[in-house]
Amino acid sequence: MKKFTLSAAVAATIAIFAGAASAESNSAVLTIDGQEITLRAAAPDYIDVDEVISGWSFRTAETQALQMDDFDNPGMIFVDQAIDDWNTVDGSEGKSCASCHTGGPEEFAGLRAELPRWDEAQGKVMNMEDYINLSRVEHMGAEPWKWAKPRMDAMVALISLQSRGMPINVAVDGPAADMWEAGRELYYTRVGQLDMACSNCHEDNYGVMIRADHLSQGQINGFPTYRLKNAKLNSTHARFSGCMKNIRAQPFAVGSDEFRALELYVASRGNGLSVEGPSVRN
Amino acid sequence: MADNVKPRVRVPRSAAAGEAFEIKTLISHKMESGQRKDSDGNPIPRSIINHFSCDFNGENVIQAALEGAISTNPYIQFEASIEESGTFTFTWQDDDGSEYTDSKDIAVG
Repeated sequence: MKKFTLSAAVAATIAIFAGAASAESNSAVLTIDGQEITLRAAAPDYIDVDEVISGWSFRTAETQALQMDDFDNPGMIFVDQAIDDWNTVDGSEGKSCASCHTGGPEEFAGLRAELPRWDEAQGKVMNMEDYINLSRVEHMGAEPWKWAKPRMDAMVALISLQSRGMPINVAVDGPAADMWEAGRELYYTRVGQLDMACSNCHEDNYGVMIRADHLSQGQINGFPTYRLKNAKLNSTHARFSGCMKNIRAQPFAVGSDEFRALELYVASRGNGLSVEGPSVRN
Repeated sequence: MADNVKPRVRVPRSAAAGEAFEIKTLISHKMESGQRKDSDGNPIPRSIINHFSCDFNGENVIQAALEGAISTNPYIQFEASIEESGTFTFTWQDDDGSEYTDSKDIAVG
């Protein structure tokens, strides 16, 4: 009990610092080529913060600037590569993405904002990678792409881009509720040698420095994210994996049920923010 | 030719005579430095873009020699001013001898 009181006090102190640390970038809206990106929004009632804040707000001015212009955004290089893949015929059916989706990737405007979501026809919660592989296997007769690999991440970025600026709106109830609950459980479960949960950094301590890193809320509205650190697109699951390694835990597998549940839960924590992908982070 | 090489250039469509404007260039290229080794321990040969140049109506605007420490997808930004309408041509030279080019028209007005 004593321990609980102490951590509550620490959280309160940190909240004050959080206000100060992000003061230089507390603008609510970012405009990219005329599209408005919501950087701050009222938090959904099921999470324990007042306001949900895009990771963009926590980055340095130089990193922020990279995302403000699509020419400067290195993530767009991968979007271009995905457009090539979009038009490339693959598999036994002799089809490319463009063969069926004649409206181009624009057909998918709004999709990224709702994912992951329950799909009645598939009988499970589907995310972007699932839909891409479903199309590849069932309609193109091609090999499914591995998750968190360059081609997959680029295609996810291309489709995400079509929804840029739209508010994240992930359903937390209905048939996905059980999985969402499992994701929440994972979010608050301490793991690894450092004995930390997602919430310790991204809910209790966002806005403060953890050594050289400025902790964000861990929102995934900007994924796939181009990271300056590795000069490529990073998928949500790859990032989860990186976080778990940082706390000296054994990461779950990319595409595992655990990460799928966590993705659903974390995505829902960003409800109200805009789709930003591909974003630029450090 | 290295994989997935695609030059991109941004030049304004028009500019006032004698007034400086910004030109941005970006080329996707893996820029393999030659210092790395593959999983078997063999050195990966250097494969970079070693030279960039920009010309306006046949006259050189800027040249750059790129070395092994330049990052992947090199981005070069500079300013220029012109007195007449014309065409900017951009050339990137690869270690393997291939040359990538792009050009943009600009009007004075």
